[in-house]
Amino acid sequence: MSDIAAGQPVPGEAHPRQGLRGGPSYLTAEHGLAAWFLTTDHKRIALLYAAALTVFFFIGGAGAVAIRMELFTPAADLLSADGYNRMFTLHGTVMVWFFLVPSIPNTFGNFLLPLMIGAKDLAFPRLNLFSWYLFVGAGALLVGALVAGGVDTGWTFYTPFSTGYSQSYVMAAALAVVLAGFSSIATGVNFIATVHLLRTPGMTWFRLPLLVWALYGTSLVIVLATPVLTLVLLLIVAERAFGLPIFDPALGGDPLLFQHLFWFYSHPAVYIMILPSFGVISELVTCFSRRQVFGYTFMVYAILWIAVVGFLVWGHHMFVSGQSLFASLVFSFLSFVIAVPSAIKVFNWTFTLYRGQITFEAPMLYALGFIGLFTLGGLTGLFLASVPIDVHVTDTYFVVAHFHFIMVGGAVSAFYGGLHFWWPKVTGRLYPEAWARFAAVLMFFGFSFTFFPQFVMGFLGMPRRYQVYPPEFQIWHVLSSSGAVLLAAAYLLPMGYLAWSLIWGERAGEDPWQATGLEWRTSSPPPRDNFRAVPVVDTGPYFYHPDKEGPRHDRREAHQNQGHET
Amino acid sequence: MSGEAEALREPWASLRRQREAASFGMWLFLGSEALLFGGLILAFSVNRLLHPDAFAGAGHETNVVYGTVNTVVLLTSSLAMAVGAEAARAGLRELALLGLSLTLALAVAFLVIKGFEWSADIDEGLFPGQAFKLAPPAAGIFFAFYWFMTGLHGLHVTAGISVIAWITWQAWRGERPLESPAFEAAALYWHLVDIVWVFLYPLLYLGGRS
Amino acid sequence: MSGLRLWPVVASDVATRVDAIVVVLLLITGAVLALVLALLLTFAIRYRRGSSARRGALPELVQKEVEIGWTAATLFLAVFIFAWAGATELGLAKPSGDALEIHVAAKQWMWKTQHPNGAREIDALHVPRGQPVRLLMTSQDVIHSFFVPAFRIKQDVLPGRLTELLFTPTLTGEYPLFCAEYCGTLHARMGGTITVMEPEDYARWLSAQPEGDDLGHEGRALFVSLGCSGCHAGNGPVRAPGLAGIWGRDVPLEDGRIRRVDEAYLRDSILQPRRDVVAGYEPRMPSFAGLVGEDELIRLVAYIRSLPGGQP
Repeated sequence: MSDIAAGQPVPGEAHPRQGLRGGPSYLTAEHGLAAWFLTTDHKRIALLYAAALTVFFFIGGAGAVAIRMELFTPAADLLSADGYNRMFTLHGTVMVWFFLVPSIPNTFGNFLLPLMIGAKDLAFPRLNLFSWYLFVGAGALLVGALVAGGVDTGWTFYTPFSTGYSQSYVMAAALAVVLAGFSSIATGVNFIATVHLLRTPGMTWFRLPLLVWALYGTSLVIVLATPVLTLVLLLIVAERAFGLPIFDPALGGDPLLFQHLFWFYSHPAVYIMILPSFGVISELVTCFSRRQVFGYTFMVYAILWIAVVGFLVWGHHMFVSGQSLFASLVFSFLSFVIAVPSAIKVFNWTFTLYRGQITFEAPMLYALGFIGLFTLGGLTGLFLASVPIDVHVTDTYFVVAHFHFIMVGGAVSAFYGGLHFWWPKVTGRLYPEAWARFAAVLMFFGFSFTFFPQFVMGFLGMPRRYQVYPPEFQIWHVLSSSGAVLLAAAYLLPMGYLAWSLIWGERAGEDPWQATGLEWRTSSPPPRDNFRAVPVVDTGPYFYHPDKEGPRHDRREAHQNQGHET
Repeated sequence: MSGEAEALREPWASLRRQREAASFGMWLFLGSEALLFGGLILAFSVNRLLHPDAFAGAGHETNVVYGTVNTVVLLTSSLAMAVGAEAARAGLRELALLGLSLTLALAVAFLVIKGFEWSADIDEGLFPGQAFKLAPPAAGIFFAFYWFMTGLHGLHVTAGISVIAWITWQAWRGERPLESPAFEAAALYWHLVDIVWVFLYPLLYLGGRS
Repeated sequence: MSGLRLWPVVASDVATRVDAIVVVLLLITGAVLALVLALLLTFAIRYRRGSSARRGALPELVQKEVEIGWTAATLFLAVFIFAWAGATELGLAKPSGDALEIHVAAKQWMWKTQHPNGAREIDALHVPRGQPVRLLMTSQDVIHSFFVPAFRIKQDVLPGRLTELLFTPTLTGEYPLFCAEYCGTLHARMGGTITVMEPEDYARWLSAQPEGDDLGHEGRALFVSLGCSGCHAGNGPVRAPGLAGIWGRDVPLEDGRIRRVDEAYLRDSILQPRRDVVAGYEPRMPSFAGLVGEDELIRLVAYIRSLPGGQP
């Protein structure tokens, strides 16, 4: 049993600027701008990513605000038709490629992956920094395109509209996404190599925490799917810049080929966005119900199943595109098949609560909210996987609601949950619990309020990407826009109190949640090299209670940590 | 040996492990590249199936002499690169530098020949657009792929040249120890560039001549 | 509008069948959602810290078997829903012989429809109740999508390709038509109205439309002016298959395959004549891609279709 959990005085308290273990914390180890912008420390790079992502979250969020304000009434009030089209394109491109895809992997993944497997850093630290610069460069290019006049193709860049008809900055936006893709690939390669080669002694594959498994699965998908996106966007650039008529229907080119290639990336991209949050939720649910995760191996195989089958379902985005009926049926079948591992995960999280010792700190509230929203989002996916229903609801607000439930109700909730959970580790400070609980609950209701009405109006026939709409849909849009106000508050509030906690927050100990993972076996914030000595692992993750017993009724018992420093 | 110590980088504890990581990481990246070119070749094949005659006719217009010479040049450069990387690993400095320089020379030669070919193609009216000389509409699609594929491959050649030139320069100046895993990783990348061409050559140059 | 609507109007045969699946799926998913939420709430309350609920090891029942159990159950449920939805879709796709054929041409940002007798409409379509309708659609520029929520039908409309929709309207009234695939600046305004009328009203309406040449008639003029008749009408120096009466027949191709002469085949043969050459003929015909527009293709096909069999 580790001596850490026994309630030793927290080193950080005695020497605020210096953890006793392994020297000063990574935040204070070096000073100056160069020490940040040229750092190869995975933890500092994680913070650099967090800063960039915050900027993009605000830019993408501004697009959402503009959309929801415009849709408050059926007529065009605020924006021109082109202006509206540019707004939803901005919202989509920024949120997908510059927030959701990198969100959990590049912040929590970067920060935690080496810590969780007991490594000093990622396998290729300089590549990691390089990928941040690529990302920021790509973001600057995109913002440049947006400032110069915007893009009006939607985030899907469908041909022949994007190649032959759009009068906007398609090339710059496409190249920005290509660059962001390179950055993702670099991160993916780095993560996979790290998991393969830098696990600390005793950290066998089936002792990996589920977040590591999730990041590993995500990285595989990133590495194998992103190049196809790169390709298809470069083909668009070639057609626009040099007049190479690859998709030109006038010459017999096939616009559907574009869609196939695009969704070959963009459906797996959904799993790039949601798999990491599966990992985060597994960490949160186990810790706050003080139980081993239910069905660890099933959880692992579910991640891998999703990562693999995720490559085979892209055609369900094209049921009305004109692809053959039999192709649609095959893709429909595979889409139903991929629902199974997601269902397994939901059941397993639920049963992790069974006979646990549950507490309701903010991260747990986010996690419970995630399970509820993800379940609803996933179940509506069954409607979309059924060809005849999909024909009716695709390209309507039903689809918009569905993927926002997964991406926002799911991935963003998990992001906020993880942010609270690891905040003490990252910053060494505790956040104010009451505020955080309030924000978590507000987010759940704000989100449901915003997006549930969209299911209804979508089923009623409200098409997506419409600036003006028949008045009978107004009631739903008003509900949705009102909910968005709550949701925006729920997103902004944590930024306020978390910033507050940086200065006035209580100092966190090494292990404020008494969690089992290796990341808690070092000081908060961790030193530059993560651990004083190489940690050794002797059990699997989540041993929150003795094997043949459960947790006690009322107090946290001496759980078994995953490892200890030698 | 001091070279080994110099070549060792954070966060690795041993050079053997670091080298393993470098090749493993490069292999992962090559997997990614394979999907890039795989997708491209698939897109080409789909169009070829849709327009067999136009593609066969257009394929006949490509310049097979330039293409074949370039194939030989690139394959030879791959051999030189293999020699260079192996020699670096074995600590044979001069042979390593020779192999690397030869690779660079051949790679540049490839691009120069390609440049001549492209300019001849443009003169012949093989660039899709106003001056395009072939009649069947889908021939334009073939040449769109031709320019895109050779262009993208050319970009990869250029990237390879930059990387190899950089590590060769460092090795020549003695700044990069021969133990560095970079040589092997660069060699892997260069072989990929070579293999991609091995696929492009028959698709673009031989397809219309069977 | 009369009150708050929670379910879209049911105005076609497709809608009836789709709604049946929706209802069942709502029940199933509702049950699953209720189960998950109930378990979450029950566990969260019962096993909160400090409660006196029994803890300890998991009971035998909730071990691996239950995991395999719900994996299997989920898989079974998924396959069941798939099979049902798939079968419905296959049923919907059955071609209907006596369908009223209407041509739809989409362009930024309007819908042009044309009835068999040549009557044209813009952003509107009148159809008789109870009569199967087959829409043959193509686009002149970018991808659009023909979406009528009350009919539960949607189909992308592509440039350079023909797509179809089949439905039977079952309820008279006016229903909105939307473009569901984003198509540029005025995408949101690219809509129209579908009017379902009683058959006799439809007949009256149709006869009141300005007389247009019917499609086949216009196609005949094109057939001559484009030079098709030089080879295909039988007397020219080049041997080309005669077209009279070929509609709907199966023809043997040069490579041994058989193709049914339909809309798609005729279009292919005009645009890419060398792809499916009829057995016994030289692949001589030049491609007309880029020379004939979508409107003209529709007319040519209509003309060939109208040729009665038996004459050379």
